Amino acid sequence: MEEVQEGASAPSVHGHNIKVTEVVIDGDTLTFLIVSQKLSGTGEYHVYRIYEDLEWLQHHLFSQEDVPGIQGVIFPPIPAKPQVNASAKVMKQLGFLGLGEWQPYCKALESFLRQVASHSVLKKSKAVEIFLTSADPPGRQRVRKNIFNRLSQAVGEMRKEGHKDVDEFFQAARDQNLIITGCTKSATERFLDVVLTEQKIAVACGHFSAALHLCVEAGEDPDKQAFSSICVKLSEVFESIKKNMMSTAENNVSTLGLGLDLESRYQEAEKEMLFRRTCKLAELETARRNAEKAKPVKKAAMEEVKKAAETEFNHICGVAKQEIARYEAARVQMLQQALVQWCEKQLLTARESADQFDQCLQGFRGMA
Amino acid sequence: MESDPITAVKCQEHSEAPQKLLRSSSCSLQWMWFCSSDLDLHTGSVCVVLHQKEFLTESGPASLPAEDISTNSNGPKQDSLFDDDPEDLFAEATEEVSLDSPEREVLLSDGPSPAITPITPPTSVITPCIGHDDMFTHSSFDEIEEEEVDDSFDMNISVSDPEKVGDGMNAYMAYKVTIKTSISLFKREEFSVRRRFSDFLGLHSKLASKYLHIGFIVPPAPEKSIVGMTKVKVGKEDQSSNEFVEKRRSALERYLMRTVKHPVLLKDPDVLQFLESSDLPRAVSTQALSSAGLLRMVNKAAEAVNKMTIKMNESDAWFEEKQQHFENLDVQLRKLHASVESLVCHRKELSVNTAQFAKSAAMLGNSEDHTALSRALSQLAEVEEKIDQLHQDQANADFYVFSELLGDYVRLITAVKGVFDHRMKTWQKWQDTQMLLQKKREAEAKLQFTNKPDKLQQAKDEIQELEGKVQQGEREFEQISKTIRKEVSRFEKERVKDFKTIIIKYLESLVQTQQQLIKYWDAFLPEAKAIS
Repeated sequence: MEEVQEGASAPSVHGHNIKVTEVVIDGDTLTFLIVSQKLSGTGEYHVYRIYEDLEWLQHHLFSQEDVPGIQGVIFPPIPAKPQVNASAKVMKQLGFLGLGEWQPYCKALESFLRQVASHSVLKKSKAVEIFLTSADPPGRQRVRKNIFNRLSQAVGEMRKEGHKDVDEFFQAARDQNLIITGCTKSATERFLDVVLTEQKIAVACGHFSAALHLCVEAGEDPDKQAFSSICVKLSEVFESIKKNMMSTAENNVSTLGLGLDLESRYQEAEKEMLFRRTCKLAELETARRNAEKAKPVKKAAMEEVKKAAETEFNHICGVAKQEIARYEAARVQMLQQALVQWCEKQLLTARESADQFDQCLQGFRGMA
Repeated sequence: MESDPITAVKCQEHSEAPQKLLRSSSCSLQWMWFCSSDLDLHTGSVCVVLHQKEFLTESGPASLPAEDISTNSNGPKQDSLFDDDPEDLFAEATEEVSLDSPEREVLLSDGPSPAITPITPPTSVITPCIGHDDMFTHSSFDEIEEEEVDDSFDMNISVSDPEKVGDGMNAYMAYKVTIKTSISLFKREEFSVRRRFSDFLGLHSKLASKYLHIGFIVPPAPEKSIVGMTKVKVGKEDQSSNEFVEKRRSALERYLMRTVKHPVLLKDPDVLQFLESSDLPRAVSTQALSSAGLLRMVNKAAEAVNKMTIKMNESDAWFEEKQQHFENLDVQLRKLHASVESLVCHRKELSVNTAQFAKSAAMLGNSEDHTALSRALSQLAEVEEKIDQLHQDQANADFYVFSELLGDYVRLITAVKGVFDHRMKTWQKWQDTQMLLQKKREAEAKLQFTNKPDKLQQAKDEIQELEGKVQQGEREFEQISKTIRKEVSRFEKERVKDFKTIIIKYLESLVQTQQQLIKYWDAFLPEAKAIS
């Protein structure tokens, strides 16, 4: 197990082009191959990591207590835990990331690592350097859940979510986050339904295509031969339709699907940051009240507590404001990119399919 | 009147009252009936003099046009063949003719029976007269052969403008049938009539009773549907009843086109009357001889025949091979049909899901603060709505184009199989007559040595009659075999044409959908690019 020192310099690799190039399935475990480019330009790091290593990284990022205002950071969200032969519940949780042969998952993982390695505060963590460059796996002991995880589910903390804010900016941010998180989640789920149905249609077309081959009749009879020829050609048509559907579904997943999924998870991350700040606000207000009401004997101690809370709270607000601005810009760019790519890919698929169907049509028209 | 003429009538062979009595309207002395003892279809004549007991004797040609009269007023219903079909009880067509109806006397008289839509005999095929042995002269069929060679078929029928007539459970849908043709058989080049569903069923029942048993593949009529029709009657104006009406309209159109494309059926006077006459007498008894009912009858008879183990000495390998071929085709078509139905189901699901996604995208656009992104998301919602419409259209194409085509062919194959069964029954009848002749000959030989000149003469007369019947049986068998060969060949040619036409139509719709999609994406791209 390696010692992790905080406050070190940024990692020795480029953050913007980290790649997850491979996923190896061994029994129940998925192992990802992560490739990053050395800053010095002298080569690459290839490391193998499993999901537990991600959790290790996240834990260390969360526990940087000596970084002022760390609680104001919107932590890039890690994807849900992948599972080989996933149950229906796990599949639902994974959503788009559970589709295909884990390619969407790898892309999401890539996104996460790039965000962490490029984040002005987070990239400085030694844990990032170790994760990306160490040939040995980072420490794999079970990480204890700290207050950064699943905050909103903590009983008793829940009622703080509605705690009125002192700052208009943050109140507005919280309100907007609440509305848009619901909408995005809903849109993501519905889009996933569309993709799943497209896949079903592709499978049905495959069946129809195969069934047509059974209708081919042997024999010299010209009418029989003509009918057989029709069946074969029609089978090809449905193969084309199948390919078109699969392509459409894939385009949906790899662009807008991933985009909506990331957006959805990031909005949850923002929500958690805002909640942490709200909790801190509640704490501060309690500390102020305690300091006011304190008997002279305890007064000095309470004032200390109050001052500490104020300082921390101000740090958090400072960081939070920056984070929100950064996030807003990043998300618009990300969604735009997703929408443009989505549109371009679908356009390409549609053009290819139109050509193919047209060819089939000419083929049929030309039949005697 | 004292005794009931119909229940007083008995089948000579089995000495019992017939199960189902069908009477020819062109030749009122010709009847067809079912005997419960052998479940076979008998034909013959009865000399009817009202109020007297008479016997139904086997005689004459087996295939005159017939009509259904049921014997059901006395005692419990006897027509077991029809009662187990609940659908028939709710058919749109009216009730069977009951014995107590005033029509009965008209039926039993010698004249034509106008109250029941008369079946006009096919002019080129059948000469309506008892004892006319040369019904199927070679010449008349050769004529038909020549005309079949002419490939350019200039006739188009469209069924349109469904209109509800009446109210409540007596309501029905009337359709406009428009014919455009340059065939000289018709007086005008373009004309239309209004028909209701039971009219189509009536037409089919007439054609089926005239042609199925002599080997013609009569296109089956569209299926009835109690649920679908009840909704329409009750006035439920929702999507499913609209879909039902459209499905039916399309099916009726295909049915008519298939029927008129058949060179023999086209010339049938009942078909001509259906297409041309502005006032069609209301079809009764269509429930009894509905497409489904008739095919059930055929199938039940076939089953009964098989149970009696007709080991037909198939001298013609062609028939054996073809029969197997149609069995296989039946299985494959049903598989294909099921496959397409599944596809249609998924497409409809896709449409629903796309619409829901469009809605949630719209909501997302509304909640979005960033102006340009908000606009792009709203545009996205609109694009998805349009795509949803495309999915619906595609689902309709899948359905109406493919699914219905395959369904039609599954039903057609049933008719084809029925025709093969009729051939077997024809063979069986011929064989039976031959065996009977043999027995009579043996009996006659014995009588030679007795001194009973009367009986001997009677025996000789019977033998002579039977010899004639045997010859006729053989002729009928040869004729039906010949007809079936031609019909199968025609079926296989039509099948190729049918499928090809449908597939081209489908591909055209596919191409169009893709081109529409391209337009939508093209329009959306600049919106997406303009976000920041």
